[in-house]
Amino acid sequence: MIKVAVIGGSGYIGGELLRLLLQHPQVSVEYAGSRTSNGKFVYKVHPNLKGSTSLIFKNDSITDVASKVDLIFLAVPHGKSQELVPPIMDTGNRIIDMGADFRLKNISEYPRWYGWDHCCPDLIQKFVYGNPELHRDEIRSAKFIANPGCIASSSIYSLAPLAKAGFLDLPINIDAKTGSSASGNDVSDFSNYSAKTNSVRLYKPSGHRHTPEIEQELSILSGRRTKVALTAQSVPMVRGILTTSSVVHEMDIEEKTLWNLFRDFYKEKRFIRLMMDKNGLYRYPDPKLVTGSNFADLGFNIDPYSQRIISIGAIDNLVKGAAGNAVQSMNLMLDFPEEIGLISIPIFPV
Amino acid sequence: MAKERKIGEKKLECQICGGKVTIPADVMESEIVSCDDCGLEYEISGVNNGTLQLKPADSIKEDWGE
Ligand SMILES: NC(=O)c1ccc[n+]([C@@H]2O[C@H](COP(=O)([O-])OP(=O)(O)OC[C@H]3O[C@@H](n4cnc5c(N)ncnc54)[C@H](OP(=O)(O)O)[C@@H]3O)[C@@H](O)[C@H]2O)c1
Ligand SMILES: [Zn+2]
Repeated sequence: MIKVAVIGGSGYIGGELLRLLLQHPQVSVEYAGSRTSNGKFVYKVHPNLKGSTSLIFKNDSITDVASKVDLIFLAVPHGKSQELVPPIMDTGNRIIDMGADFRLKNISEYPRWYGWDHCCPDLIQKFVYGNPELHRDEIRSAKFIANPGCIASSSIYSLAPLAKAGFLDLPINIDAKTGSSASGNDVSDFSNYSAKTNSVRLYKPSGHRHTPEIEQELSILSGRRTKVALTAQSVPMVRGILTTSSVVHEMDIEEKTLWNLFRDFYKEKRFIRLMMDKNGLYRYPDPKLVTGSNFADLGFNIDPYSQRIISIGAIDNLVKGAAGNAVQSMNLMLDFPEEIGLISIPIFPV
Repeated sequence: MAKERKIGEKKLECQICGGKVTIPADVMESEIVSCDDCGLEYEISGVNNGTLQLKPADSIKEDWGE
């Protein structure tokens, strides 16, 4: 059994990590951290966990926590984990960081997209970008993992085969639709039911923070600098992300070519599904079809008129977009079967 | 009780996506089968001495009328 701690355990990602880790047969959750809920039962904050755990939130020092466990999940806001990582590293513990602090290899991207300078840039290289489908071997030998962003993941999964095949010459337009849980459990004016209901809120027409991470990963795959133009909207759902990306492609391309490209790229990747159907109600990926699961559903469409490929991704932001993906990386890192604790068929209908 | 069909006796390649179309062992002419991957439906247009002829069946495209 591996002993784990979740810091930021009272947040949405903390709660989802606890849900998955408490069901994992090789994991013992020893510690759930929260400053504001210190002393409360975990199920008082995450009522879905009632009957599954009698853990109580604590607010111990990070070195005390590290002395009790083998692996620490950091589920705190961006900018915060860089303060926690150096003392944990000194203890020899493993870390999976759910935030952005160690995702970007080019440190000049941090002031540009996040508005702060990195406090320990030398440590970034010690982290592996935790996309298990793209960085499997590196994750297997890693001690420190930077878990990807949710919109980034959906975009990267749907575009990776095209990047690898050399299709991404021009900037890629990505349209992302995201549910409310993607922005955490903090309350804002927009949390108000009257404000949110029936609204499609264009909260980031440009300048979304996941842009550099998508570019970083697609550039590695394509072997050249790949630029993306990302627009993000909040839509009235709780979980889920749908990304539709337009890739300009001037040559004729057959549907079968793309099918084979995607099939080959994701061969034996059990959490990737090619979700297209010529008939019926669900013809393309839809977040509704992945709820509660670690699947990334992918699809595409060819538009001969405007000479583009539309590449589609759908994930549950809290699972494949965060906690499930982190557990998958943990499994690889610790040499557990990759899918252990994650084999859950999506809930339907939701 | 519904009779269980013996499927998987034959798999043919889908013309559109290159995936597999599973054909029940006891398939009959004019039956509809579909591709496991892309869902395209095919009509069995002929069964001659174990050789099957398939033609893509019409699919209803989504039309929201805009
Ligand atoms: N939501 C998603 O879909 C998603 C997807 C992928 C990645 N992520 C990333 O995962 C991380 C957590 O996101 P979330 O959605 O769970 O946010 P959240 O619901 O706001 O939770 C963040 C938690 O961090 C704790 N926290 C806040 N400031 C802290 C500090 N200075 N030091 C220590 N703990 C602090 C808070 O707990 P207390 O105040 O009780 O201590 C809070 O519950 C973020 O970095 C986010 O970018 C989120
Ligand atoms: Zn097919």
